Amino acid sequence: MNPHSILRVVSKFLIPFIAVFAFYVQFHGDFGPGGGFQAGVILAASVILYALIFGLDAAKKAVPPSWVRIGMMIGVLLYGGTGVATWMLGGEFLNYGVFTPDHPSHGQHYGILLVELGVLFAVASVMLAIFYAFGSRQAELSDEDW
Amino acid sequence: MDLLSLFPSWFLSHGAALIVVLPLLAGGIMAVVPRERMAWIITFIVMLICTVGAFGLLLSVMSQGAISYHMGGWAPPHGIAYVVDALSAPVLLLISAMALICLFYAWPSVKAEVEPKKRAPFYGAFLICAAGLLGMVVTGDAFNVFVFLEVSSISTYVLVGMGASRDRRALRAAYNYLILGSIGATFFVIGIGFMYMETGTLNMADMATILDGRDGGSRVAQVGFAFIVIGLGLKLAMFPLHMWLPEAYAHSPSFVTVFLASTATKAALYLMLRFAFTVFDLSFDYVVSIMTNLVLLVAVAGMIFASLQAIFLTDVRRILAFSSIAQVGYMLLGVSLVTVSGITASYIHLINHAIIKGGLFLAVGAIWYRFGITRVEDFRGLSKTMPLTMSAFTISALSLIGVPLTAGFVSKLQLAVAVWEKGYGWGVAVILISSILALIYMGRILRVAYFDEPPVINGEVVAKNEAPLMMLIPMWTLAILSIVIGINADWVVEAATRAAELLIPVQIIKGGL
Amino acid sequence: MLELFSTFNYAVIIILMMLGLYVVFAARNLIKKLVGLSVFQTSVFLFYISIGKVSGGQPPILVDSHKTEDGHASVESVQVAAAGDSAVQHSLHHAPEVLYSNPLPHVLILTAIVVGVATLAIGLALTVRIREVYGSIEEDEIDRIDYQYNLEGVAK
Repeated sequence: MNPHSILRVVSKFLIPFIAVFAFYVQFHGDFGPGGGFQAGVILAASVILYALIFGLDAAKKAVPPSWVRIGMMIGVLLYGGTGVATWMLGGEFLNYGVFTPDHPSHGQHYGILLVELGVLFAVASVMLAIFYAFGSRQAELSDEDW
Repeated sequence: MDLLSLFPSWFLSHGAALIVVLPLLAGGIMAVVPRERMAWIITFIVMLICTVGAFGLLLSVMSQGAISYHMGGWAPPHGIAYVVDALSAPVLLLISAMALICLFYAWPSVKAEVEPKKRAPFYGAFLICAAGLLGMVVTGDAFNVFVFLEVSSISTYVLVGMGASRDRRALRAAYNYLILGSIGATFFVIGIGFMYMETGTLNMADMATILDGRDGGSRVAQVGFAFIVIGLGLKLAMFPLHMWLPEAYAHSPSFVTVFLASTATKAALYLMLRFAFTVFDLSFDYVVSIMTNLVLLVAVAGMIFASLQAIFLTDVRRILAFSSIAQVGYMLLGVSLVTVSGITASYIHLINHAIIKGGLFLAVGAIWYRFGITRVEDFRGLSKTMPLTMSAFTISALSLIGVPLTAGFVSKLQLAVAVWEKGYGWGVAVILISSILALIYMGRILRVAYFDEPPVINGEVVAKNEAPLMMLIPMWTLAILSIVIGINADWVVEAATRAAELLIPVQIIKGGL
Repeated sequence: MLELFSTFNYAVIIILMMLGLYVVFAARNLIKKLVGLSVFQTSVFLFYISIGKVSGGQPPILVDSHKTEDGHASVESVQVAAAGDSAVQHSLHHAPEVLYSNPLPHVLILTAIVVGVATLAIGLALTVRIREVYGSIEEDEIDRIDYQYNLEGVAK
C-alpha cells in the first residue's frame, strides 16, 4: 500500500476547505480580525500544501507560474487603481468617500472591499512565487526516499 | 517667466502623492513586462514625470509655502498627511533628478552587469526603491516613514544582490546589509513606539506640538529619541554603524552604486534633521546634549578614520565608499552644531555630495564597463585611453577635495565658517586635515591615471576606447553641475538657508552664537 | 522590585529583544542570524501590542448591536485618539458603555509583520544563493573561501 495514502486522502479533503476558509477570513475582515494579508497567506498555504503532498510539478500544473506573476500585478493594480479612480473622481488619493458622494460610508465600504481584494491577490501570488522560486532550485526527492 | 503657471493645477495639488504612487504602480507592472527595452522606457517616463512633479512642488513651495496633502481625505492627526516644505522639496528633486540622470547610464550598464532574464525585474526593484525614498521624504507621519524606509531598504537589498552575476561577493554584501539595515529599521520603529506611548499620535507635526506642551516629555521621549537617532544613524552610515556600506557599494552593479550613493544616505539625513529639529525641538536639553556630545564626536571620528582607511585601500570603489562615510561625517558635523549656519552647511553638502559622488561612481563604472578594472594600479594611463571619462572623474575628484570654483569648496567653506562661529577652532583644523586626506587618496588615483603610461598587453599599448555616449552624458552633466555650483551657488545656499530656518526658527537659537 | 511584577510584559519584551540581538551578532550560521532577527522583530510586535492595551478594554472589534440601519458599519465615528494604559481613556460616541482597546497599534503591527516576512524571504533567498555559490552557510567557512578569492583578485 502506498505509504502516503493517508496524507493524500486527508489533504485532498482539506485543501478546498482551507481555500474557502481563506475567503471567509477575507470577507470577515470587515467585522473582525481578518482581511487581505491573512487571507492571502491562507490561500497560498492551501496551494503549498498541495505542492508538498503531490509534488511541485502537479502544483505548477494547477496554478501555473504565469498566473502567479499576473496575480502579483493585478493585486498591485487593484489597490493602486482604486486610488487612481478616486483621483479621477476628484478626491485625494484613496479617499473612498468620493465613490458615493451622498453616503460616504457606502463608498468607504466598497473601497475597502476593493483594496482588500487587491491585497489578497498580491499576497497570495507573492507567497506562491516565493515558494515556487525556492522549490525549483533543488531536485525533488522521489517518493521512495522520504 | 513664471514657470509655476506652466503646471496644471491638479498636477500640483496631487503632486505629493503622484510622485510616490506612480513609481510604486510602475514597479508592480514590471512583473509582467517581458523585455528590457520596454522596462527601461517605462522607468524613464515614470522618473521623468516624477522629476517634473518634484520640480513643480519645489517652485510651489518656494513661492507659496508648505503644502500639506491629506491622504484618503482624512485630516491629520487622525489621517496621514504628506508634507512638502522647504526642507523636503529640494531633497525630493534631488532624488528624482539623480534617478533620471542615472537612467541614461543604466541603459548600457545594466546590459553589461545583469543577466537578461533579470533585467525587467531589476528595473522594477529600482522603481520601488525610488518610490520608497521619495515616500520617506514626503510623508508627514512617523510610522509611514518606517514603512517607506523598509520599502526602499528591501528593494536595495535586492538591487545590491543583483551584482552577483558580476562579483559573487555581492551576495554576502547584500546579506550583511540586510541584517544591519533591518536592525536599524527595527530600532527606528521601537523609537516610534516610544514616541507613540508619550504623545498618543503618529503625525509628526502633532507630536511636535504635544512634546512642546509637555516641555520635552518624560524619559520615554528621551529613550525614543535615542532609538530614533541610532536607527537613522545606521541607515546614514554614521561612524561606528557604517560597516555595511563599503561592501555594498563595492560589489553591487554600478548603476545601483551611483543611485544609492546619491540618494539613500541623503534621505536618511533628511529624516535625522526632520526628527531632531521638527519633532523634537532644540529647547529640550537632551536633544542638544545628544547632538553636541554624541553626534559631534561620531562625526569627527568618521571624518578622520574613514579618510585614513581610504588611503590604504586598493579598490577604487571601496575608496569612494569610505570617502562617502567621511562626507557623511561632514554633514553630521554641521547638524551637531545646532545652529542655522551649521544646518545650512550640512544641507548644502547633502546636495553637493550627491552630485559629486554620483559623478565619481559614474566614471568608475564606465571605466569598469570598458576595461573591467577597479583597482587603482590598473588605472595607469587612463587619461590617454579614456580622456573624457577621466576628465569628468578629475573634476568630480577636485570637487570632493574642495578645490575653489567647485561645489565641494562651497560646502566646506560654509561648514568651516559655521564651525568657527560656534567657537570650535579645532573643528576647522579637523576639516582641513580630512580635506588633506581626501587629497591624498584621490590624488593617488589621479597621479596614476595622468602620470603613468597605459599598460602594455600582449605587446601592444592599450588603445583609446572611450565610454559610450549614454554613459558620458550623465557623467558630464554632473561634473558641469559641480562647476556651476562652485561658481555661483546662490540658489543652493538660498534653498539650504530656508530649510535651516524652517528647522531652527530664528528666535529660539540656543546660546553660544 | 514590586514594579517588575506589574510591568513584567515590558521585562519579557526587553529580554526577547536582547536575546534576538545577541543571536544576530553571535551566531555563525546565516540562518541562525535570520532567526535571531525574527526574534528581535517579534519583541517589537509584543511591545506595540502592550502599549495598545487599555485597562478594562475589550478587543477593538465593534460589538454587533451598533451597526447602523443601512447595514454598513458606521465608520466615521470610530476615531480613537488614546495612547496606552496611562493616557486618558476615550470611548466611542455611539457606544458609551463599551470600552475598546486601542486598535491603532494592531494595525501598525500588521504592517510590521508584513515587512518582517518580506525581509525574511529576501534573507532566505540570499542564503540559498550563498549556499549554491559557496557550498556552505557557516560564516567562517565563507570567510575562508572569500579570503582566497580576494587574494586572487588582488594578485590578478
